Amino acid sequence: MTRNTSIIPVMFAAPAVLVMAIGLGWPVLESLRLSFYELRLGETVTPSAFRGLAIFWEALSDPSVHTSMLVTLKFAFVVVALEMLIGVGLALLLEAPIRGMSAFRTIFVLPMMIAPICVGLIWRYMFDTNAGPLNTWLAHIGLKPEWLADPGLAFFAICIADIWQFTPFVFIMALAGLQGVDHSAIEAARIDGATPWQIITYIKLPLLAPILMITLLMRLIDALRGLEVVYALTNGGPGLSTELFPLHIYKSAFVTQRMGHSAALSICLLFVTTLLSVALLTRANPLRRQGE
Amino acid sequence: MVGSKQAAVVARYVAVVALAVFVLLPLAVMVATSLKTQRQIFDSGFTFLFTPTLTSYADVLEGRFLGYLGNSVVVGVVSTLLTLLLGTMCAYALSRFRFLGRSSLAVGTLLVRTLPPAVLAIPLYFIWNRIGIGDTLSGLILAYVALNLPFTIWLLYGFLEQVPIELEEAAIVDGAGPLRIFFAVILPLVKPGLAAAAIFTFRIAWNELVIASVLTNRTTRTAPYAVYLFITSEGIEWGRLMAAGVLVALPPLLFTFVAARQIIAGLTAGAVKG
Repeated sequence: MTRNTSIIPVMFAAPAVLVMAIGLGWPVLESLRLSFYELRLGETVTPSAFRGLAIFWEALSDPSVHTSMLVTLKFAFVVVALEMLIGVGLALLLEAPIRGMSAFRTIFVLPMMIAPICVGLIWRYMFDTNAGPLNTWLAHIGLKPEWLADPGLAFFAICIADIWQFTPFVFIMALAGLQGVDHSAIEAARIDGATPWQIITYIKLPLLAPILMITLLMRLIDALRGLEVVYALTNGGPGLSTELFPLHIYKSAFVTQRMGHSAALSICLLFVTTLLSVALLTRANPLRRQGE
Repeated sequence: MVGSKQAAVVARYVAVVALAVFVLLPLAVMVATSLKTQRQIFDSGFTFLFTPTLTSYADVLEGRFLGYLGNSVVVGVVSTLLTLLLGTMCAYALSRFRFLGRSSLAVGTLLVRTLPPAVLAIPLYFIWNRIGIGDTLSGLILAYVALNLPFTIWLLYGFLEQVPIELEEAAIVDGAGPLRIFFAVILPLVKPGLAAAAIFTFRIAWNELVIASVLTNRTTRTAPYAVYLFITSEGIEWGRLMAAGVLVALPPLLFTFVAARQIIAGLTAGAVKG
């Protein structure tokens, strides 16, 4: 199956490796280097700006960083839990083929395909206090909440936008998993008189567990690293109530211009996403050879 | 028994239609708002009943936005073509050969796939300006090719593993060199994989905002960041914003309708066997 002519594979792999080294590897190393220096935008690295690990300790003991971490964990927990619950629930409900399902699946991937900036924009308008559709409809029952001006409601808003975008992803993954399930076990249980609920909890969910775990990890990584929707929807506000960790990293580099602070936190985020990524790879490694 | 079965079917339709409405309503709101005048938007709350007009689109396209859309097209198309070429070549090496560093390349490729864009944006800004490709379209294209290579490599790897090796062996017997085999034998056989990878790559390059915001300037800006800057300019003009948003959302929406099957295959690839 495999040939052993050493120059040919190198020739084929080299361009991609070079581009990834320049565009991904080098930036990560640069981030690590920047995390030791106190710099503003446009300044270059000089020995006098060297602070060593002090920037890490400073960043990790900064109360606004703690707030941002808490907001991010809360966000990731809420959206991933709800998306898994709704997505898997719908997949179990809709497992039996129904007419027109492929058209519905096409509809369901739309929110994932459009630009996050559009998602942010759409929900910013949906939640707009004066012109927004939600408040137009709520006006009929005499309500006029200021969605994006209230910390709790703004957090609710960013959760809704994420749930809108990614519940269909969970649904599609779970549905694909269900279609791969061996039906003989389900048939046997049915003949033995198992109720539909028992079939779900004792047979389908355990069989689905591997793919649900993969889906969960993929969603978790994305929930921890995304910022574009929130950047457009609330820009982290009001206060720090929706300041997700990656948004804090971005803003501390390009708004408050604390490069070292931002780079140090980048390394922390990178550590967490890489750990989750390794966990994901041990479960689904698309580059593993057959039989390896 | 028949009654309960019918009830179950009805319940399924209710659930699926409810999800479809939840998904489509905000999109419909965006399109409707893009077709209203500023006055229609602010006078009487939101409604789907109005006389549509294209003035918002005309306003948006009059300014620099058309140029930014053009930049997005260039960046999207060029980075997609480059990613496909380099990615398929690399996947081919991984799939067909054993060589020193193969397994580190495989693991490395998979790990960098989850690099957060916010983490990349800051060092990219510094490096790109230092080596003189900051604020250029080629610089942005280089960043996007790097960003998209990992996913393309592993998607194409899966497709290449399905191609029987005998075809290449026959070509070798016929005296074809490695490049000829790759371009004439392999590439045509993985067309479905290339199509799926092209959609995902183009979509990221077209949609991306964070990296684009730091690697471009007034001339080289791409459309998503231009839309973002519309928001922050004083006094939100929803009509123009939504018109610009629809223009940015349109290509991925069209792709989805044309190639939903490939997209769903790409989404579930790697997680679902078969």
